[in-house]
Amino acid sequence: MNGHRNAFLDGLVLLGQAAMAAAAHSGQMVLFTGHLLWRLLPAWTRPRLIVQELYAIGVLSLVIILISGGFVGLVLGLQGYNILSKFNATESLGVMVALSLVRELGPVVTALLFAGRAGSAVTAEIALMKTTEQLSAMEMMAVDPLRRVVAPRFWGAVFSMPLLAGLFSLVGIGGGYFIGVVVLGVDPASYWGQIQQQMQPMDDVLNGVIKSLVFGAVIGLIAVFEGFNAEPTSLGISRATTRTVVLSSLSVLGLDFILTAWMFGA
Amino acid sequence: MTSDSYITFENVHFSRGKNRIFDGVNIAIPRGKITAIMGPSGTGKTTLLRLIGGQIKPDSGTVRVDGLDVGRASSKSLLAMRRRLGMLFQNGALFTDLTAVENVAFPLREHSRLPEQMIQRMVTLKLQAVGLLEAAGQMPAALSGGMARRVALARALALDPELMLYDEPFTGQDPINVGVLLRLIASLNQALGLTSVLVSHDVTEALSIADYVVVLNQAQIVASGSPDALRAQMSGNTFLRQFLEGAPDDDHSELGQRLARNFAEALGLLPRPDKAAAASRRREIR
Repeated sequence: MNGHRNAFLDGLVLLGQAAMAAAAHSGQMVLFTGHLLWRLLPAWTRPRLIVQELYAIGVLSLVIILISGGFVGLVLGLQGYNILSKFNATESLGVMVALSLVRELGPVVTALLFAGRAGSAVTAEIALMKTTEQLSAMEMMAVDPLRRVVAPRFWGAVFSMPLLAGLFSLVGIGGGYFIGVVVLGVDPASYWGQIQQQMQPMDDVLNGVIKSLVFGAVIGLIAVFEGFNAEPTSLGISRATTRTVVLSSLSVLGLDFILTAWMFGA
Repeated sequence: MTSDSYITFENVHFSRGKNRIFDGVNIAIPRGKITAIMGPSGTGKTTLLRLIGGQIKPDSGTVRVDGLDVGRASSKSLLAMRRRLGMLFQNGALFTDLTAVENVAFPLREHSRLPEQMIQRMVTLKLQAVGLLEAAGQMPAALSGGMARRVALARALALDPELMLYDEPFTGQDPINVGVLLRLIASLNQALGLTSVLVSHDVTEALSIADYVVVLNQAQIVASGSPDALRAQMSGNTFLRQFLEGAPDDDHSELGQRLARNFAEALGLLPRPDKAAAASRRREIR
C-alpha cells in the first residue's frame, strides 16, 4: 500500500517539476519577446543585415519549398480529379486545388518545411555563437546581440514566410494543372476560369498571407529564442534545435486551427 | 581603495546556485599596470572578468570601473564603459562567418562612422601590431590557435581601449606562441598606457609580466602584491607555496593515504604487501 502511495507521490512530484519547468520556459520566452520587441524597429537602421537574412533564411529554402509545392499540387490534382469525376464536376478542379493551397496547404506545409529547414538552422547558428562566446564578445564590444544578431533573423523569417508560401501555392497550382489538364484532359479554360471566378483576393489570398505572416513570426520567435537560451554545450544545441522544430510545428498546426476558425468559421 | 585604482571590488559577494564564488572580496586593480588574477581552476577568475564587464552583477558589494558602479549603472553608461574596454576571450571568440580583417573591423564599423578606407588602414595597423598582416583575408577556421588568438587581440585593440581584459590567454598555446603573446601583452600595455587584467593559472608566464598579482582560492583572496612580495609570502602560506610551485595536493586522511599507497604499489614504486612479506620471510630463513 505504502509502495503505491510513494509511487503516486513521486509521479506527482515529477509532474509538478515538469509544470514548473514549462512555466519557467514560458516566462523566459515572454521576457525575451519583450526585450526583442524593443529592438525590432532599431534593427531597420541596418537594412543590409535584414537582406542578408532574407537570403539565408528565404532564398536558401526555395529549393525544398518549390519541390514540395510541385508534389503537393500533383497529388491534389490527382485526388481532386478522382473525387470530382464522380460528380461530373472536374471543371472545378482548378478552384479546388487553388483554394486548398492558398487557404490551407500553402501556408501550413510551407511553415512546417520552413521550421525544419530555416528555423532549425537559425537556432543552431545562434546557439553555436553563444557556445563559442561570440555573443558574449559582442556584448563586451558594446554591441547588442539582440539587435545585431537576433532581430534581423526574426525579420528575415517574418518576410520570407509569405513569399515562400505564395511560391509554394503557385507551383502547386501548376502541378495541379499538369496532372488535371495535361495528363487527365480537364479543359484548361475551365481550370483557370473557375479559379478566376471563385477565388476572392481579399478573402482567400489575404487570409493566406496573414496566416503565413503569423506563422513566420511564430517560427522566427521560437527559433531565435531557443538559440539564444540554449545550454552552451553540444547536447544543448541539439536539444534547442529539436525543440525549435517540435514547438514550431505544433504551434503552426494549433494556430492554423484558431486562424481558420476566425477567418472562415461560421 | 586608492585614487590610482582603475578597478575596485568592495566587499563583493557572488554565488551561482549554492556555489559561493566570491565571499566578501576586496580588490584594487592599479591604473596603467598589468594585474594578474590567479588561482586554481573553478575559483571564479573568469566570473571576475564578467563582473568587471558588467555582464553579471554581484549579489552584494560594489564593482567600480574607473569610478562607474558597474552593478548599478544604466545600460547607456555600461555601453559607454564597454567601448573603452577590450577583452581577449579564452578561445578567441572570433566571428566565424567573417574573415580576420572583417573581425578586426567589426567594432570600428559598429561604433564609428569612419570612411571604409580609414577603417581598412586602421585594421592593417592593428594586424601589423600583432604580426599577422599576411593572414588578413583568412577565415577563423583556417587560422591556427595562436594566430586566432592574435587576431582576437587585434580586434580587442581596435577601438584603442583604456582597459584590456585577458581571459586565460596562454591556455592551449605552444611555447613559441606563449612567448609571442607575453611580449605582445607587455609591449602593448607599455606602448598604449593600458590598464590590463590578466586572468591565468599559468604561474611562470603570468608572474613574468605582471606588476601586481591577486591569488584567489575558495571564494577569498589568499594573497596579493607584486610578484616579489608574493614570493616572499610563500614560506608562511601553505596554499600559496603549493600553487606557485605547482605541487600536488597531499591528502593526509587515512583513506587518502591508503589510496596513494595502492596507486604507488600498482605503479611498482612500492613493493606489494604479499611480496614484501615473502621477502621478509626469506630474510628470516637466511
